Amino acid sequence: MKNLLKPTRREFIKVVGLSGSGLFLASYIPFQDVLAKAVDEPKIFTPNVYLRINSDGVVTIIFHRSELGQGVKTALPMLVAEELEVDWEKIVIEQSDADTKYGNQTTGGSTSIRLNYDPLRIAGATARVMLITAAASRWNVPPENCYAENGFVINKLNNEKLGYGELVEDASKLPVPKNVKLKDPKDFKLIGKRIHRIDTPDKIHGIAKFGIDIVIPGMYYAAVSRCPVFGGKVKSFDATKTKSLPGIKGVYQISRGVAVVADSTWRAFNGRDALEITWDYGKYANINSVDIHNELLKHSKEDGYEFEGKGDVNKKPEEGEQAIESIYEVPFLSHSPMEPMDCVAKVENGKAELWVPSQSPQDARTQVANALSISEEKVTAHITLMGGGFGRRHVNDYAVEAAEISKASGNPVKLTWTREEDTKFGWYRPPSMNVLKGSVSKDGKPLKFSHHVIAPSIIQMRFAPNLPPAQYDIKEGAVGLQYQIPNLRISGTTISTHVPISWYRSVYNSQNPFASECFIDELAHAANKDPYEFRRDMLPDDSRLKNVLIVAAEKSGWGTPLPKDKGRGIAIAECYESYNAQVAEITVESNKIKVDRYVVVVDCGVVVNPDIMEAQMQGAIAFALSGALKGEITIKNGGVEQSNFDDYEILTYNEMPKVEVYYIKNFYKVGGIGEVGMAACPPALCNAIFAATGKRIRKLPIHLS
Amino acid sequence: MPRYIITVNNKKKTVEVDEGTPLVWVLRDSLGLTGTKYGCGEGICGACTIHIDGKAERSCILSIEDVGESSITTIEGLVENPEYPIFKKWIELEVSQCGYCQPGQIMTLAALLQQNPKPSRKEIDDAMNSVLCRCGTYYRIKQAVDELVEEQS
Repeated sequence: MKNLLKPTRREFIKVVGLSGSGLFLASYIPFQDVLAKAVDEPKIFTPNVYLRINSDGVVTIIFHRSELGQGVKTALPMLVAEELEVDWEKIVIEQSDADTKYGNQTTGGSTSIRLNYDPLRIAGATARVMLITAAASRWNVPPENCYAENGFVINKLNNEKLGYGELVEDASKLPVPKNVKLKDPKDFKLIGKRIHRIDTPDKIHGIAKFGIDIVIPGMYYAAVSRCPVFGGKVKSFDATKTKSLPGIKGVYQISRGVAVVADSTWRAFNGRDALEITWDYGKYANINSVDIHNELLKHSKEDGYEFEGKGDVNKKPEEGEQAIESIYEVPFLSHSPMEPMDCVAKVENGKAELWVPSQSPQDARTQVANALSISEEKVTAHITLMGGGFGRRHVNDYAVEAAEISKASGNPVKLTWTREEDTKFGWYRPPSMNVLKGSVSKDGKPLKFSHHVIAPSIIQMRFAPNLPPAQYDIKEGAVGLQYQIPNLRISGTTISTHVPISWYRSVYNSQNPFASECFIDELAHAANKDPYEFRRDMLPDDSRLKNVLIVAAEKSGWGTPLPKDKGRGIAIAECYESYNAQVAEITVESNKIKVDRYVVVVDCGVVVNPDIMEAQMQGAIAFALSGALKGEITIKNGGVEQSNFDDYEILTYNEMPKVEVYYIKNFYKVGGIGEVGMAACPPALCNAIFAATGKRIRKLPIHLS
Repeated sequence: MPRYIITVNNKKKTVEVDEGTPLVWVLRDSLGLTGTKYGCGEGICGACTIHIDGKAERSCILSIEDVGESSITTIEGLVENPEYPIFKKWIELEVSQCGYCQPGQIMTLAALLQQNPKPSRKEIDDAMNSVLCRCGTYYRIKQAVDELVEEQS
């Protein structure tokens, strides 16, 4: 990968001057600049916002999403490069800023590949067609007689070739074609290959710049003190002690607390800790976890709004019908990416410039514009690398804080949160309670299944208080089950909570399938059936989910004997257009769980990069196991009790199981891979615990004994 | 402000910081060596691991006074040799995801292997278990460590 500088402004101007109205014009270039042509500067071909080729042949692909570890900074450019027919080793990949011209830049819901699989291939193919047309015209042959390969257009008749760089000027004059033909998947050269990630060397060499590593001229360092109770605010504060400390540049009240600006991070932290603040704790200062549990419990007695129904789950039982009922419960969880929240902001002359590790950089612009009462066009958001996100970096509260501090202090600042702040001021995975009821017939056939989800709704709490029940997000991962059960009811009730909640990797798929897939296991045992066969026999024959289930059973050796104290558990899930089956193999000794092995089978349609897909599955197992085995955020006196990795533990190296990943090779519509591995992991684990010990786990995190 | 002369990556550096400043902030803010990451500030996560006289230490719980005349090595020092086997293995197996914890993982492993080229399983587990990774790259780290140890023996 060449590491070239961005083209200078003048280079870009020159292209615009040449390219005429048929091509994309960067809207921020003032007209007088367009006229300022320079004679000897390289020309650039920019048929769309996702790529540019300059006259020395350098191909730059614009990466317009956020890289937080999931590999899209490699996988998305692969899509452009595939159709553009360029040498992957020679392209330059450039991170874009936040800009509406790229469409949706929100990196969440496993959408990066799903939403861009076609548009980015079209972007590459469009450029390829234009370059071929330009070459054909120069050779005076029909374009059909030419093809593109490795950054060259080749004349089939005489093997004459022209490099893309030589065609830049001619191609720029052509109209941008519509409806270009994309490659046949059998001709793919990059898609489906284990291409190395472009970001690995800089990351492991310590060179890569994450948000927390950004330094800009004249920058100071900032820290914030916030009310420990959600919803509380500053009543008054005394900064005398803080101001007596060395290196303190200022103390400012901002919308969420009190900020200290200093000449180093450590001094900012110390200055913040020396503040004497009297808080108005607000109306939630007496709320504890037990209150939230009781609220969930209260609503668990209701029927809930029916999302899906079939037959009659209240039908009079038939002879020999066996009914069971269970309640499953999960807690708040914190995303806790390894890089805590941070943002560099420079606010001056009515403009703001951000260097922000955000999964929603366009929203960062909006939020900062609103906070500063300026228009969005006045906010530039540079997207940095980020040390994990898992959904936390969709909420740009840290960017707003940084911008407010920069404005108040009149200096560029880097705001850094401590781990304790990250843990205590998160936007947590919501807790839920799940009432599961079901029955099986005398001969072990499923008869009834109902799942009532009681949970706070992220959409309702954050965006739409009057959200119609049919649109409750809490149904995600609970509805759409493929099991053929004659009487079925999926319903939900939302509760409100003062604790901030947001999207956590796989969102409600991190909790609803835990309840339903453990309960399906309970039904299988009630029916005296093997849990794998019970599932398989309930799934339609053409189901992709059934297929991954069968493969998982085969690969895991399902049914083969295991030593004493060991157990296997199986679970399936559909998540963001991908299908997944998992088998967990565990050992339980003296009430201690050791997770030995996971077999993960995924059908996500087209696999753009198998190595990255496998990494996402391995990572999802670790992330989901952290939650299932350890994760719990509790509320005391209205705030979060936990503070660091000692009381909010995550999985460690020694606890990581062997993970075998298998995938179904096909060219179906591309599904998501960043989150699908989360859903089946906890139920497979808990079903394995039952197999090993006879203990049914219905509450996370798992406590044996 | 107190002035300290420390040896970082074989070079003498003069820094002016307050007494008690954790080394991680001296490296990052004063010396611009941002390859050493802040993760927890309590010595729990290992993202800030560096070498002090060849031994893996947590720079977030070492203060500037603790350093004295010891020789500090950061990831920037280790990468002066990019052909170092750990780097090559990390790239070969594509261990990294977000990458934030990886300098700490690599510094921890490098200290272990430099002191003991053939560590036992327990020695490996004890060293590596103390470095957290939220992306869950542990499975590939294990593969990488196993292959490196195998290749060294």
